[in-house]
Amino acid sequence: MKIKYFIHAFVFVFAVIAHAPAFAGEAEIRGSGDLGVIIERASGSVQIIETTNRTKLFSVDGLGDLSHASVVFSRDQRYAFVFGRDGGLTKIDVLLGKIVKRVVQGGNAIGGAISQDGKLVAVSNYKPGGVRVFDAQTLEMVADIPASYGDGLLSKTVGLVDAPGNRFVFSLYDAGETWIADFSKSSTPQITKFKNIGLQPYDGLITPDARYYIAGLFGEDGLAMVDLWHPENGVKRILDGYGRGEEPLPVYKMPHLEGWAQAGGNLFLPAIGRHEVLVVNATTWAEVARIPVHGQPVFAMARPDGRQIWVNFAHPLNDVVQVIDVDTMQIIKTYKPGRAVLHMEFTPRGEQVWISVRDRNVVEIYDTRTLEKISELPANTPSGIFLTARAAKTGL
Amino acid sequence: MIIKKSGQLLTRKAALGFAMAIFAMAACGPATGNEPKPQRQGELVHLLVQDCGSCHGLTLKGGLGPALLPQNLTNKDDDLLSDIILYGVPGTPMPPWEFEISKDEAIWLVRRMKEGNINEN
Repeated sequence: MKIKYFIHAFVFVFAVIAHAPAFAGEAEIRGSGDLGVIIERASGSVQIIETTNRTKLFSVDGLGDLSHASVVFSRDQRYAFVFGRDGGLTKIDVLLGKIVKRVVQGGNAIGGAISQDGKLVAVSNYKPGGVRVFDAQTLEMVADIPASYGDGLLSKTVGLVDAPGNRFVFSLYDAGETWIADFSKSSTPQITKFKNIGLQPYDGLITPDARYYIAGLFGEDGLAMVDLWHPENGVKRILDGYGRGEEPLPVYKMPHLEGWAQAGGNLFLPAIGRHEVLVVNATTWAEVARIPVHGQPVFAMARPDGRQIWVNFAHPLNDVVQVIDVDTMQIIKTYKPGRAVLHMEFTPRGEQVWISVRDRNVVEIYDTRTLEKISELPANTPSGIFLTARAAKTGL
Repeated sequence: MIIKKSGQLLTRKAALGFAMAIFAMAACGPATGNEPKPQRQGELVHLLVQDCGSCHGLTLKGGLGPALLPQNLTNKDDDLLSDIILYGVPGTPMPPWEFEISKDEAIWLVRRMKEGNINEN
């Protein structure tokens, strides 16, 4: 008899333990609008954080090589799609802090995008060169778009963004082309190719109004722009010759164009091979100004209200962050958070900015009004910081 | 050969880069063969993994830049490879690192890469 009671008790306790996460989940029902993902580069893990009390909620590991990683979010802001360097595509439930599904879709990937309707996730690959598109629900492959050019060659693809009309836009690094893959009619995309856009496009962005796609060129002094309202007009060169024929400085880290910032009717862009942020009028596409900064910019990110631009820099000057006041185009603050400041992310309404400082193993959090540091969180070689509010923004 | 692998479109520029590398090789003094001190070794591997890793991948399996795994390097000359590190490859994104890496250190890094021994700890 005693044994029977013991077994009953054991079964009861076991049942409680087994269901505990479910109980806890119900007790802690919450939204996901203030959550985010921090990439921990060296350990192949991510942290799920929240920006209201600025704490870590979960650690999720087993994501492979995250040496160059980026994240997009499902439209309900519950799932993060993490794109790793090793071709890994991992879907994480940010509310439960768990991997839902993981596939290794290619050999070497650079980033991804999610379609306007939220049903397709596209990954940009270096190897095999091209873009692969997956069902966001199941991560089953829907379309394979090899970036073929020349005599049977495959190009590395870069600068992949989503565009209105369930389109993806990306550029071919080796071929000097920009392609639009239109999924509006079926899962077999209609491809529009723009050839001879310039040498070595290394990244691309879509303007916040989702009208213009702009590819930065490494091999030439200028940028290549496509008007997505009028793709029939072809590619337009902007900021042509911004380096004025001067020999560019060697580049120790490629700028990232995803952070190109639009503020006050102007776009603020990192100049490549120059210690400058370029300012271009977003209507006429004429150069407005160039702002001398501490080093070669990697990200130039606008605070969501467009009043400030925060800039970080390439190795070996990557221990500094500068803040530009958009009104006066002057630097109003220079921080020295420590070696290898890799990324910055604003909270959705811009009152905080989160900054990853790789070699100090911290993420620092600043108040963007007072410009004071609020706090910091420990993280293992942090790089990208991605908040769920990106779910609602085209191109992010 | 390495240069050729790094980007098919750059054949002319690659040839120039190769010529530059040869020139640089002739211009620089011979390596003394000294191993970096342990602390410096740590710094160099950190640099290799983190900063070279920005383009070549954290595990050096390649990215915008070519893979730097033992099988990619094994038949290549240490001197040439170390000069590519020091002087870069014109016409490609590979920058010169001589401002912070010496010839001996570059040779030491090449040997580490050839051994596939790039663990930071």
